[in-house]
Amino acid sequence: MARQFTEAAIAGIGATEFSKESGRSELQLAAECAKAACDDAGISPHDIDGMITFTIDNSDEMMLARCLGVKDLAYTTRIPGGGAAAAGTIYQAMAMVNAGLCKNVLIWRAMNERSQYRFGQNPTNTTNYQSGNGTGSLLWCVPFGAMTPASWGALQAQRYMHKYGVTNRDLGLISVQQRQYAATNPKAWFYNKPITLEDHQNSKWIMEPLLRMLDCCQESDGGQAILVTSLERARDLKQKPVRILGATQSIPYNVEVISNYYHEDLTVMPEAQGVAGRLWDMVGLGPKDMQAAMIYDAFTPHVLLQLEGFGFCKPGEGKDFVKSGALAIDGILPTNTHGGLLGEAYIHGMNSMAEGVRQIRGTSVNQVKSVTNVLVSSGMAGAVLSVD
Amino acid sequence: MSTPEQPAAPAAPKPTRIPPIVTLDAKFFWEGADKELFLGQKCGDCGEFRFPPRPMCPKCFSLKREEVPLSGKGKVHSWAIARHPPPFGFKEAPIIAVIELEEGTRFVSNVVGVAYDEVVQDMPVEVTFEPTMNNHKVPVFRPVKK
Ligand SMILES: [Zn+2]
Repeated sequence: MARQFTEAAIAGIGATEFSKESGRSELQLAAECAKAACDDAGISPHDIDGMITFTIDNSDEMMLARCLGVKDLAYTTRIPGGGAAAAGTIYQAMAMVNAGLCKNVLIWRAMNERSQYRFGQNPTNTTNYQSGNGTGSLLWCVPFGAMTPASWGALQAQRYMHKYGVTNRDLGLISVQQRQYAATNPKAWFYNKPITLEDHQNSKWIMEPLLRMLDCCQESDGGQAILVTSLERARDLKQKPVRILGATQSIPYNVEVISNYYHEDLTVMPEAQGVAGRLWDMVGLGPKDMQAAMIYDAFTPHVLLQLEGFGFCKPGEGKDFVKSGALAIDGILPTNTHGGLLGEAYIHGMNSMAEGVRQIRGTSVNQVKSVTNVLVSSGMAGAVLSVD
Repeated sequence: MSTPEQPAAPAAPKPTRIPPIVTLDAKFFWEGADKELFLGQKCGDCGEFRFPPRPMCPKCFSLKREEVPLSGKGKVHSWAIARHPPPFGFKEAPIIAVIELEEGTRFVSNVVGVAYDEVVQDMPVEVTFEPTMNNHKVPVFRPVKK
């Protein structure tokens, strides 16, 4: 059969509940969210022919394929870079469909990241820092007490914050906005629990004087899956198709995830700039054409760096952009409308990808009016999702 | 009759800092640090310094590498103090910093011998060494004396 360029679309999303103790295996979480994504799309899990997850995910693709009764798996791969893989999985799935190599690609992330192990605590097993897990040169950090993602992220953000006079109070506005979104999202861990800027300022220091507790994402248990197929097939399935208009990844020289101290200018995020350049070019659109954005928010400063990297505002103007109310539901760029990784749950960014899908479908609990295009970004990778 | 025992000198407290994770490509660095040498890696052909250490030169692709003593001088490029969770192995919250070395590469380390609120951006610092568990040493940085 001749292969030809095939447009890709997201046909299904599915998730488990987001909790602090799932009470079941990560493989079960993966199976449950995968089945839910297939049900949402209206396809049989037997017909999945591509499977993509994060290198750091513990669920085994063979066992997951066995759970789902997958008949013939044509493609598997894993994306490095911790949470940077979130949009990276969409990029890969799009490419496989575009190339005519897969028909139904399942992408997923499932973890007991609160009940079984905790990213936010000191490491108990340093083998996690071996290459392949793709989380950078962490072995160069640990003997100095830089043992958690917050410590790595803070060191990365400090020079940026210093250069532009960004205070922790400025960061608090991001946290307050996202918790406001979470407060009206029944799936969010912080449903009905909005915070004030004073609550933020009273939360304890994680990395003084940069990050407080409420600048950091949650630790969560849960699974999130997305089903990618051709636009044509998606049109015949249950949901309104969500086009993957474009997606890409960028890892510029000497850039790495989180322990990202070796590239030239630490006051910018070269990976986001690289993704932006390629992505805007690919889709023929720009920042002004996005009606909403889902931006990886492990820590609040990285939201600012991505806003600037993607050109929503100029370098150093992120804090004023936020202060202007841009990220609110009636702002220029409603952002992380599910509450983000701070407010909804930390499913390593995949739950933010799903919110991008809901905004295009028009089914978000915090629905933005007249949405045509949404940017989803996990820093090193990004995609533009669009209405059909 | 036995003579009264002299009170023994108090034993130096055992280091609690966790030792480095040593990979084959960075073995020279940590072995140097054990001997209080702060070593850098440069290309044996074109002379380019690189960090983190790696087997090939990204400029000329040479596999020849030289391990050379670095000046040990640099500037505090970014820093913060780790409050929560308290990092394992530290009695007091450490000042964690990215040091920009004179040779142009950067290195994550600690700033020691100075109060947290006295650290300023681009403050000149120089290398010194602190012990870890299992009899290793790691390079840390202290302010350059005026
Ligand atoms: Zn060379």
